[in-house]
Amino acid sequence: MAKHIKPGMRLALPVDYAGVSMAMTQPIIEHGAGDLDLVCVPTGGLQVDQLVGAGLVRTVETSAVSLGEAGGAPRFNAAAKDGAVRLKDATCPAIHAGLMAAQKGSPFMPLRGLIGTDLLRHRDDWRVVDNPLADGGDPIVLIPAIKPDVTIFHVPMADRFGNVWIGRRRELAAMAYASRITLVTVERIVEQNLLADEMSAAGVLPALYVTAVGRAPKGAWPYGLWGEYPADSAEIARYAKAARTADGFSAYMARAQMEPA
Amino acid sequence: MAEVLPREVLICTIARLLDGVRHVAVGASSPIPAAGAMLLRAMKEASGAVGPRISILGSVEHNFFTNGSAELFDCAGQGRIDAFFLGGGQIDGLGNVNLVGAGDYPRSSVRWPGSFGSAYLYFVVPRVILFREEHTPRVFVEKVDFISAPGVSPDGVFRSGGPIALLTGKGLFHFDKTRPGFELESVHPGHDLAEIKEATGFRFEHDAEPRQTVLPDRATLDLLRGRVFDELAETYPEFAAQMRRELGTVDA
Repeated sequence: MAKHIKPGMRLALPVDYAGVSMAMTQPIIEHGAGDLDLVCVPTGGLQVDQLVGAGLVRTVETSAVSLGEAGGAPRFNAAAKDGAVRLKDATCPAIHAGLMAAQKGSPFMPLRGLIGTDLLRHRDDWRVVDNPLADGGDPIVLIPAIKPDVTIFHVPMADRFGNVWIGRRRELAAMAYASRITLVTVERIVEQNLLADEMSAAGVLPALYVTAVGRAPKGAWPYGLWGEYPADSAEIARYAKAARTADGFSAYMARAQMEPA
Repeated sequence: MAEVLPREVLICTIARLLDGVRHVAVGASSPIPAAGAMLLRAMKEASGAVGPRISILGSVEHNFFTNGSAELFDCAGQGRIDAFFLGGGQIDGLGNVNLVGAGDYPRSSVRWPGSFGSAYLYFVVPRVILFREEHTPRVFVEKVDFISAPGVSPDGVFRSGGPIALLTGKGLFHFDKTRPGFELESVHPGHDLAEIKEATGFRFEHDAEPRQTVLPDRATLDLLRGRVFDELAETYPEFAAQMRRELGTVDA
């Protein structure tokens, strides 16, 4: 599936608790397509840090990058300090608004807040206009549509028709609607059509939006997956420690223990 | 009067600051604000009233949302979230918050995770409580290096929310948006005005002899040490266990 990724593409990746396809990280790195523009929906963690550490990333658009309780994201922070990646710092609802605009085929979405922040000052792609429906004044920020080339995430199941069950993680649907290509890894592939049952259908991203599905048991590891398994915080802490240096990061990534225990 | 732990003072102060809210949102790794919200709920329910709804981000049990991670922000934009907490690597005397980094952006000498939802929530949540236990001049600076979210906005900018208070490990400040600036409201036990001035990089208003922060009564402490720590342990097991260990040494 990593072959869908070409140099210079824009990749949308989900927040750590929504279903991160960690199983795809190593194949993406081995595939080696670089100059990637990452969009974190709305924040990033381990996967973003590893792609940055592997030198594949040109820009990171995000509301935050961290390893949660394990602390700061070491390779991301080092790259930010060295100027090795270009930062497009955002705020969570601005990322959602950009995807929402793309979902509707609109050029932008207006969003409250942001005025007077240094986020806005550093974003030449965001615009401030006066609310055209007010009697004058009332400035508001326009967030341009975010249209990723590729969205990648991991969920519990898909059916053999390519329908993907995302439950209440609706941001995964927003990402897929906005993207040209959507790659999904799953814990298991089920026989029954997930759209046939109203209870499961409500939480389904239809195959219409899905480019490819791959089976990857424990595919979010060391992150957890909702309804399935908890995060392996010891492993995330191990990574956080190893990746403090570039050499430590390389050694960690080279080890076969990237496979789930 | 039983001995009260410093963090119990913080939790009880947060419960007082939240009095009257219908819905409070708490960040994923914020056990003290969560405990304050849970204490308020327990106190309300003990008196036969309805307690606040508490949303803890990233928690499965304390989460009413079914529309992905966008729903919290939509909910706030609709005016359905009354209170929220913000920390910050730096906070200045105008209530500006920096969650991005110290030094010259974008090549910050110290990079923090990022602004998260602050650049929106600070504008639309009516009661934002700034909470940072560490009270030092490196946190409370004269001017932040990067504004993730501004304390006040010019006239004409839509703003239904903003900071109302700043709670630290040493004291409680009230935010006056008309001045704008902070005013020291009370000092926690074991601290004093001179120490707070020394540890604060911005100027603030204060009485010549500031009051001590109100301490919880026996009933409140019993509720906190019983029901609230039990509830807290479901989401923050390590924090609840640590509080109970510290209480063990107090009782002994």
